[in-house]
Amino acid sequence: MTKRFALGIFEDEDVLLHAIDNVRGAGVKIYDVFSPYPVHGIDDALGIERSRLPIAAFFYGLCGLSFALWMQIYMLGFDWPMIIGGKPNIALPAFIPVSFELTVFFTCHGMVITFYTISKLYPRIKTPVLDARSTDDKFVVAIELDETSSQLPKLTQLLRENGASEVNQKEMTKF
Amino acid sequence: MATLTHHHEPVVAEHLQEHPGLQRTFVTIIIAGIIILALGLLAAFMGWGEHHEAAGHVASASSHGHAEHAGSPIWLKRLLVSLWHSNVFFIGVSVVGTVFMAIQYVAYAGWSVVIKRINEALSAWILPGAVIMVLVFAASLINHDLFHWTVPGIMDKNSPNYDAIIAGKGGFLSIPFYLIRMVSYLFIWWAFSQRLRQLSIQEDLNGGTSYFHTSITTAALFLVLFAVTSSMSAWDWVMSVDVHWFSTMFGWYVFASWWVSGIAATTLIAIYLKQAGYLRMLNSNHFHDLGKFMFGFSIFWTYVWFSQFMLIWYANLPEESVYFNQRLGGFDGRYTWMFYGNLLINFAFPFLALMTRDAKRQMIMLKIVCIAILIGHWSDFYLMLMPGTMKGENGFLIEIGVALILLGAFLILVTRRLAAASLVPVNHPFIEESVHHTT
Repeated sequence: MTKRFALGIFEDEDVLLHAIDNVRGAGVKIYDVFSPYPVHGIDDALGIERSRLPIAAFFYGLCGLSFALWMQIYMLGFDWPMIIGGKPNIALPAFIPVSFELTVFFTCHGMVITFYTISKLYPRIKTPVLDARSTDDKFVVAIELDETSSQLPKLTQLLRENGASEVNQKEMTKF
Repeated sequence: MATLTHHHEPVVAEHLQEHPGLQRTFVTIIIAGIIILALGLLAAFMGWGEHHEAAGHVASASSHGHAEHAGSPIWLKRLLVSLWHSNVFFIGVSVVGTVFMAIQYVAYAGWSVVIKRINEALSAWILPGAVIMVLVFAASLINHDLFHWTVPGIMDKNSPNYDAIIAGKGGFLSIPFYLIRMVSYLFIWWAFSQRLRQLSIQEDLNGGTSYFHTSITTAALFLVLFAVTSSMSAWDWVMSVDVHWFSTMFGWYVFASWWVSGIAATTLIAIYLKQAGYLRMLNSNHFHDLGKFMFGFSIFWTYVWFSQFMLIWYANLPEESVYFNQRLGGFDGRYTWMFYGNLLINFAFPFLALMTRDAKRQMIMLKIVCIAILIGHWSDFYLMLMPGTMKGENGFLIEIGVALILLGAFLILVTRRLAAASLVPVNHPFIEESVHHTT
């Protein structure tokens, strides 16, 4: 499937943030913004909803903690009880470091896998780059155009007025 | 639009108006403290609710063979110990204000500039706290109420009080050297706090970046000195109470407790100022960061606490585990509830309450956690000091009374210092960055 984009190229972070506000204020829907580094406040400016990843993370952590406690209690308390250092078989303080590590382990792996799955990132993925300069020193605001690109002149004017140094059109297949 | 980048309001100086209602509140806290203290002294004097000899026997298991010295009457001993306890806590909170600010300087951090004046104000307690500390130490020497190692002859082989273990530490734990150290720590903390405060106020008046650069150098030097003095003061002021015992984690443990309390105090004052209509530039993004600090360092405190506990518990060497033996079931189990309560209020509660983003951005939630952390870490110091000094004769009325009196005095001094300069350091080079801070 082919999509058409108007790309506003910006040189400066502050100009970009103002432009995003004004463009959205004018009722134009922004497809995405590409920047060489994370820009503070851009999530709010773009109106991106907060990620629910932390909620998932909490439950991954809970899984890790339960698994760790179950594993240690089962192994050392029931499956193969041993007396170590005169402590009871189920010696909770001794289990805390392992429980902590497994909580972290489950949380971070769970988060990474979830994040990759949701973002459809997987090995050998072809990453469409709308403008290669967004990996260097330019900020790129992408706005999706319809079949005929009829809004392009208006968008060009709007982006230019808000500080875009250039406005390009780009087609992308298989987006 | 929600973004802060569109803030065009100019940064202006704000001055705290000392209004009589506030002073009345502080005086009320002090009066409440005096009443509770009086009740506590009366109760101790009359021997109400006194515990029986059984408690003393458990204690003697951990104490050593030689003759027990008489010591002050219980009420006086408790008064001195609780003055020491609360004062050590407040001095820590006080100096952490400067430490926090120094770290922000060295890190070239911009976000925290709007709360900088609160950090500066906290250090108002260092000087009066230092005076109280020296006086209480001197008073404790009369009957050796605080430190067992101050008993005469304890380091003398021919004395009936001789204690070989304490004598082995005699090079470090001698009264003159102790006093020199104590005064040096306090002087260093006070001098650097004053210097950073002066630079900040001159910057308000004259502007320019020279004060900022001088502050960075000063802050860096202070942090190096504080790293050493905070650890040493923890050994001197807190760990030497349990003089036979030692822990290599102790410096960090005390620092972690002070540090998280200091951040909680900063946050709490920021919230009260915000709710009273001051610090207009302070917003939920700053609170979010303060909340993260409290969340993170509550976990850090737990980490240090647990590192100390687990090694001692696992190795189970008598000379080390006596510390936890006293707190977990020793003296008829009178400290046990506090031991577990300490972990709940200082770890479980902040950890669960501040976990979500929304909790860190809401003043009401932060306020509850700040108060819990402050009470929790005051209790943490209680647990560090009481079993070693009061053994099985601890109590709460005198201790809470003293804490409230010091709290009232602390708040009066901090408020006075807050009112002495603009609440916003208008000429700080990073003030704009702080105003536009987003998380």
